[in-house]
Amino acid sequence: MSILVIAEHDNASLKAATLNTVAAAAKINASLTSEIHVLVAGATCSAVASQAAAVAGVAKVLVADAAHYADQTAENLAALIHAYASGYTHVLAPATSNGKNTLPRVAALLDVAQISDIISVLDADTFVRPIYAGNALATVKSADPVKVITVRTTGFDPVAATGGQATIEAMSAGPDLGLSKLLGRELSKSARPELAAAKIIVSGGRGMGSGENYHTVLEPLADKLGAAMGASRAAVDAGFVPNDYQVGQTGKIVAPQLYIAIGISGAIQHLAGMKESKVIVAINKDPDAPIFQVADYGLVADLFQAVPELVAAL
Amino acid sequence: MKILVPVKRVIDYNIKVRVKADNTGVDLANVKMAMNPFDEIAVEEALRIKEAGIATEVVAVSCGVTACQETLRTAMALGADRGILVETDVELQPLAVAKLLKTIATNEAPQLIILGKQAIDDDANQTGQMLAALLGWPQATFASKVVVDAAAGKVAVTREVDGGLETLELTLPAIVTTDLRLNEPRYATLPNIMKAKKKPLDVVKPETLGVDVTPRLTTLKVNEPSPRAAGIKVADVAELIHKLKNEAKVIS
Ligand SMILES: Cc1cc2nc3c(=O)[nH]c(=O)nc-3n(C[C@H](O)[C@H](O)[C@H](O)COP(=O)(O)OP(=O)(O)OC[C@H]3O[C@@H](n4cnc5c(N)ncnc54)[C@H](O)[C@@H]3O)c2cc1C
Ligand SMILES: Cc1cc2nc3c(=O)[nH]c(=O)nc-3n(C[C@H](O)[C@H](O)[C@H](O)COP(=O)(O)OP(=O)(O)OC[C@H]3O[C@@H](n4cnc5c(N)ncnc54)[C@H](O)[C@@H]3O)c2cc1C
Repeated sequence: MSILVIAEHDNASLKAATLNTVAAAAKINASLTSEIHVLVAGATCSAVASQAAAVAGVAKVLVADAAHYADQTAENLAALIHAYASGYTHVLAPATSNGKNTLPRVAALLDVAQISDIISVLDADTFVRPIYAGNALATVKSADPVKVITVRTTGFDPVAATGGQATIEAMSAGPDLGLSKLLGRELSKSARPELAAAKIIVSGGRGMGSGENYHTVLEPLADKLGAAMGASRAAVDAGFVPNDYQVGQTGKIVAPQLYIAIGISGAIQHLAGMKESKVIVAINKDPDAPIFQVADYGLVADLFQAVPELVAAL
Repeated sequence: MKILVPVKRVIDYNIKVRVKADNTGVDLANVKMAMNPFDEIAVEEALRIKEAGIATEVVAVSCGVTACQETLRTAMALGADRGILVETDVELQPLAVAKLLKTIATNEAPQLIILGKQAIDDDANQTGQMLAALLGWPQATFASKVVVDAAAGKVAVTREVDGGLETLELTLPAIVTTDLRLNEPRYATLPNIMKAKKKPLDVVKPETLGVDVTPRLTTLKVNEPSPRAAGIKVADVAELIHKLKNEAKVIS
């Protein structure tokens, strides 16, 4: 019996979240002597398979290459994973929007529970996961024959992307269920680092006042620091920035080396997404803003003065 | 067509939870409870589809303790036509909820089931996807826009995904789970709260539905995350930069 990791990719390249997920699989494997396999389901995705084969600790890469996996729709993917899951003790995917979309469907098809968003592995059956927006941590034990798990990537340091020499095996594709169809995508294009993988994040809230301010005030700072840019829900709801900027309980969970929260009050739902950051800086004009309770360095100031000053001094 | 909306009773989102001293869970005694915020959005979306003349009936379902009747009354005060409570004292896990909802869906034959994308207590983000799998229906999670074309038997759903937005077309019947920006839920007015008291509310038991709700996961303990060490306030930008360079060493 082995451990199966579902690869996160865009048919061209393997996403970093897969490396954190393999790391979680390796933790589980510490008490077993299984192999770690990676499933790449996509369309003309052989480049992804080669990258997955190079990941440290992976023994085998399974590739299901078919047009109906191109868009990663949950119905077809879940049917495929379900068909191959019986030989595995654990099926893992990163808790990305793809993983969260597909894996519960797999669990239900297998008639097992899913363990969402684990942040640590205690043994092959026991895991820790945050509940209540991270205000409590639950230790849960599963008695199911197959454990279906999504992995919070910030909980596990990635394994090396190179050094592995896995074999690559082509699998036959499952059926095209034809239940859903992709009509289109509007993906944000940015030259900046990806939010989930960035070392430094500059994040703006409602205090920015407008989308124009968000860009004119924060971009120079992000440029100087080589940072990714994030936002609170209030900033997204107000239309300052697109939805994929949102950090928090219901947005992205991040844990960079440095998180700079600017004009963000620090609601528990926001903190849930960033309080594991190594160093937190808050700039807010309200000395009582809750964000200061988690900030390593707090600066009580008007952001429209402080941020340009910071940019000039860096 | 009929729309089914599962609604969960959870701790009010404004309340900061406390872990019990014996680490068995979170203290819910005398804590304000409310409808899961994502489910308010689900109810609102169903009502808008009905008000647009596309749906004829909105049915709210809740699974859990007797007090979930309050959550159903709230849904009916907002405009749902009737409520169904699957009553049990067992702690329900998402797979069990999905199985209960499957039997309700089989009886009610809705064309659309709109759920919240996650409940803010357990943050599982599973139930809708599991229900879709059990019914063999298509799913669109994390919806920020829903356009039903009943004549064509399709629904187009824009989803909030990691890289931005994507739009899927699903064949009805289908499952949709709501994200925050789908709509702004209305408030219940006093006359509607009164009217809701007279709307039908059926109570059924899991055993009657033939569903085994035994939990699959055991919670061994619940504890508080380790708190962050207290930070400091810096006087000005110069001190901030000095600290980041020399103390935290996160910038050079
Ligand atoms: C179910 C649910 C899920 C949620 N999920 C999320 C989530 O994932 N992420 C998230 O972020 N939120 C989430 N929220 C919303 C959250 O509760 C807060 O409403 C939100 O985080 C507030 O954003 P904010 O801090 O930008 O705005 P506000 O709370 O309005 O704070 C603005 C801050 O800016 C400061 N400010 C204003 N002007 C200036 C200035 N000139 N200089 C300096 N400071 C200034 C103010 O002092 C204030 O502290 C969720 C809510 C619910 C109900
Ligand atoms: C500390 C703690 C310990 C627990 N221990 C256990 C345990 O040992 N055993 C156990 O069985 N359970 C336990 N539970 C409860 C159980 O984990 C949750 O009820 C279950 O996981 C539901 O997850 P969710 O609501 O996050 O699902 P999600 O998938 O996040 O919910 C998504 C959507 O599904 C719908 N939905 C979900 N639940 C319901 C419902 N009840 N009625 C109607 N619609 C619903 C709603 O539309 C909701 O928005 C525990 C909970 C806590 C807080």
